Amino acid sequence: MIRYYLEFERPLEELELKIDELKRLSDGKDIDISKEIKKLEKKVKDLRSEIFSSLTAWQKTLIARHPDRPYTLDYINLITTDFVEMHGDRRYSDDPSIVAGIAKINTMPVAIIGHQKGRGTKERIYRNFGQPHPEGYRKALRVMKIAEKFKRPIITFIDTPGAFPGIGAEERGQAEAIAMNLMEMSQMKTPIISVVIGEGGSGGALALGVADRLFMLEHSTYSVISPEGCAAILMRKEGEIGTDDFSRAAEILKLTAQDLMGFKIIDGIIPEPLGGAHRDPEETAKSISELILVVLEELKAKPTGKLLEERYRRYRKMGSFTEGVL
Amino acid sequence: MTWFKKTKEIRMEKKGKTPEGLWVKCDGCKEIIYKKEIEKNLKICPKCNYHFRISARERLKFLVDEGSFVETDATLESLDPLNFRDSASYKDRLRDNQKKSGLNEAVIAGDALIKGIPVSLIIMDFHFMGGSMGSVVGEKVARTAERALEKEQPFIAVSASGGARMQEGIFSLMQMAKVSAAVGRLKEAGILYISILCDPTFGGVTASFATLGDIIIAEPKSLIGFAGPRVIEQTIKQPLPDDFQRADFLLDHGLIDLVVDRKNLRDTLARLFELLL
Repeated sequence: MIRYYLEFERPLEELELKIDELKRLSDGKDIDISKEIKKLEKKVKDLRSEIFSSLTAWQKTLIARHPDRPYTLDYINLITTDFVEMHGDRRYSDDPSIVAGIAKINTMPVAIIGHQKGRGTKERIYRNFGQPHPEGYRKALRVMKIAEKFKRPIITFIDTPGAFPGIGAEERGQAEAIAMNLMEMSQMKTPIISVVIGEGGSGGALALGVADRLFMLEHSTYSVISPEGCAAILMRKEGEIGTDDFSRAAEILKLTAQDLMGFKIIDGIIPEPLGGAHRDPEETAKSISELILVVLEELKAKPTGKLLEERYRRYRKMGSFTEGVL
Repeated sequence: MTWFKKTKEIRMEKKGKTPEGLWVKCDGCKEIIYKKEIEKNLKICPKCNYHFRISARERLKFLVDEGSFVETDATLESLDPLNFRDSASYKDRLRDNQKKSGLNEAVIAGDALIKGIPVSLIIMDFHFMGGSMGSVVGEKVARTAERALEKEQPFIAVSASGGARMQEGIFSLMQMAKVSAAVGRLKEAGILYISILCDPTFGGVTASFATLGDIIIAEPKSLIGFAGPRVIEQTIKQPLPDDFQRADFLLDHGLIDLVVDRKNLRDTLARLFELLL
């Protein structure tokens, strides 16, 4: 298997290649180097723990965007059964950068909706790198309405660089499509749980994320603007920008799951396996589904009026300001 | 011939350097116009009907009945939750903008009469940090919508904004959900909400309350969209159509109801009130 290593994981790559090499050498031969391998494996584990215990905001951003990271469809496959995918917004087209449908988690039918990035060049282009057009958001809303009609809870997975900035997207009302989802989700008469599984890119992420409970995977991010976008604005006058600027921007934007937990914007952090969700997608999926089931029990017990009032209050109280006296 | 050409060029140069003060150059037709004439004309170019960007206070003057405005929530100030600092701190930036604009924040809110009809309204000011929406803007919009609901009177939102305020990070993003939920309650209760889009309105403001009006009106030639033209150009690596994201472009694509001149705005609102209330 070819693994993809990020820049700061390079020391791990060296060691793991060495282990692969040793395994290959010892395969079918009499020489016993299992001790040697074990020692190296422990070294890798320790080094990985060390690296992952002190990740910077920018490093977390890179893990959140890791090309091997599980995407919505991976989790749907791992968590649900009987998935029926729905297509199209009934107005213009089907947008593959959002997948939406109904499936079962354990025995419970739920609507499941999420941004979908692609793996490999061809699929990445097909999925538009997980950047939806208005049709994607309208499809999502349509499936949410089905869930509401048949009293099924809604689970959303957030993983997008942002809504697509293009001519067609503007012509067909990108802003209105997002705004409509925000408004409609705030009034949807069924429980909604959102999980940021990778990149939470601004309004294009929020358009699937107005929920009763919001969780983030340990190494996911959620921000009003990307570090690159922020750096470009801040350093507009100073010419060339690079990794150092992105790194600084990521830091000041406070976009990690841990930052958002501190701000009480999210309800919890879902731990990832050592090295990130892609190192063990099954384990990550299990953590997600167990949490969803527990939280859904709690939410389903609430009368609809109470659920909606609490959802309204949840967003109504978000903000950071003082109020003086005149 | 050469001799004539030369003089012409020299004149052109001088024209471009008209000192600020008595005269202004129209951004629409590039004509030099006597400033007082524009001010008398609601800051609209008398030659080409270009609508100059105006402050929230200026707009208030011609939009509502004289002396009817009662301001609310004027003392809200951001707490700088991210402790944001680039070349200057966000706190300093806020203070500078307050001094420069005479406003506390990028929006003024209150109750007023428009042609005798009581309304709750917000007016954004692009001159205050690009009219960006942070916690205070979000809170004032939500409170004003809630007051319209409580008083059962129309909610009027006049937008001019670059989008969500970067300096408040995730808090700014969440204002989009907050204000959309607040105007959602108006729909349920049958309260009229009219959204007026001015030059420019973008990002988190268009992608929340500004495009959720029962009726959406734009000022002529205003630049309105989700993503900024520069970002789009960089992404698709193609030149953009000339009228792209202008008010008429939005009208042609079915995204807004009306393009209304600043001069006719009060009359248009009054007519809509009469037809709908």
